[in-house]
Amino acid sequence: MSNTALLPVTALTPVYVLIGLFLLAAAWHAARDDSHPRRRSSALFWGLLAMLFLIGDGLPSAVVGAVIVALALIAGAGGVGRGVRRERCADERAAQAARLGNRLFLPVLLIPLVTVVGVIASKLLLVDGKPLLSGQQVTLLALSLGCVLALLAACRATRESPARAVDAGRGLLEAIGWAALLPLVLAVLGGLFAAAGVGESIASLVASVVPTDNRLACVLAYCLGMAAFTMVMGNAFAAFPVITGGVGLPLLVGVHHAEPASMVAIGMLAGYCGTLMTPMAANFNIVPAALLELRDANAVIKAQIPTALLLLAANVAIMEWVVFRHAG
Amino acid sequence: MNWWPLIGVLVVAIGFMLRLNALLVVVAAGFATGIAAGMDILEILAATGDGFLNNRFLMIFVLTLPVIGLLERNGLREQAERWVLGLRGLSTGRLLIAYQALRQSAAAISLTHLGGHPQTVRPLLAPMAEATATRTHGRLPDSVRERLRAMCAATDNVGLFFGEDVFVAFGAVLLAQAFLAQNSIVVEPLAIALWALPTAIAALLIHGARLSRLDRRMAAEIARLRAAGAAG
Repeated sequence: MSNTALLPVTALTPVYVLIGLFLLAAAWHAARDDSHPRRRSSALFWGLLAMLFLIGDGLPSAVVGAVIVALALIAGAGGVGRGVRRERCADERAAQAARLGNRLFLPVLLIPLVTVVGVIASKLLLVDGKPLLSGQQVTLLALSLGCVLALLAACRATRESPARAVDAGRGLLEAIGWAALLPLVLAVLGGLFAAAGVGESIASLVASVVPTDNRLACVLAYCLGMAAFTMVMGNAFAAFPVITGGVGLPLLVGVHHAEPASMVAIGMLAGYCGTLMTPMAANFNIVPAALLELRDANAVIKAQIPTALLLLAANVAIMEWVVFRHAG
Repeated sequence: MNWWPLIGVLVVAIGFMLRLNALLVVVAAGFATGIAAGMDILEILAATGDGFLNNRFLMIFVLTLPVIGLLERNGLREQAERWVLGLRGLSTGRLLIAYQALRQSAAAISLTHLGGHPQTVRPLLAPMAEATATRTHGRLPDSVRERLRAMCAATDNVGLFFGEDVFVAFGAVLLAQAFLAQNSIVVEPLAIALWALPTAIAALLIHGARLSRLDRRMAAEIARLRAAGAAG
């Protein structure tokens, strides 16, 4: 949102190189893992993905797009598998836990700590009164730094090598599998939806079925429209301009004199209720299910639906109660 | 009224319903949408490639995996269990309520990275919740364990989503303010952030109420499964 940063997007290159190197190492470990049921195709999947992080900027966009299609085909053909992990047995892990104790928590806490300190410190980095980096760049750089420092701390605490850590990380990456790529590909789809005018079609659909002279119907249309379109896009930010421009401003502010600041605040949160209910928000709903090794990919969504529906109803009530407080 | 752009939405809905590979479904939906918008194949590939390169940062979570993997190998989850079992009388529901309150307050003061699925839910919260539940209810049947883990992830999401909007410099608040400004409506970001508070409180109450019933629901579910097992 703050596009006033002085450094260009390439400030993030070290972050992409780090991710690329980890993916490359994961591909290498998979290729050499003879317990792996899908050794070659898994190595190819992670290797191609690593390539996009390492040299993607130098490739023509269409080639990058073609590689994405190839990755989807490998995943669709069931080509991304998990090695039979030679994990430590539970007794060994319990013994390590007893030996290392709360020292194990320190590296985990280091990740957010370094991120927060980095973000605060960067506010002091001004050139001609302007921030050197944008807020998002700072967060990503600080988070990466946090991960590197935490890795060093974890190796020190456990007396194991970084190579061992990368292989252990590969185990987690394979547990997530192709779903790791899903948030990214959904963001791409969101861009294509926007370019094709999906939002305008939905906004005019909503506006055409709402009785505009009924105030509550308009509140319902705005809140439910935000939730529903967020479920389609997987992201409340993408739904916000479309539904607020198509329903909120013309009907609620224009016809019923709603107060805009509270309307957009509550409307955005109605969208967040949609985020809780959609597989399109893969990084919040699908990746965690994989990470927690749940058999049902939609288990997290199912756990969230009651909260989301009750909270959506609460948002409708709050909006009806709050936004017209100055209107006659 | 042009309905063609919605074809991609239809592809996603049908693909997810048929439980086809989600990655393949989403890429196919992109092609359907692009064709409906009059783009040729090369343009769609280029748009896909550009979109990928611009959104690469979404994969940053993989950088946490080597740290978490190494620590889990050395007993991080077991230590989380040991630690939480030292807190006498802490029920699973209360543990999750406390986590939500912490996660939401931290997000409200912009500390959105204090938490997250790879960093805290998998290695810390889920083992703690399972340990407290096992202490109360005995060995957990698989279906109960799955639902409990899913609830841990859900609690992290709810805490994050309805906390972060209260912070005035958060993206959603600035996005909303910039959008209103484009439409010639001038408001202070603070006014927007302030009106995220009622929903934040509602989230705490609604999800908290569900969590406070969690232990009773788990007990009932386990009793039902045991009765069914004994009868079978």
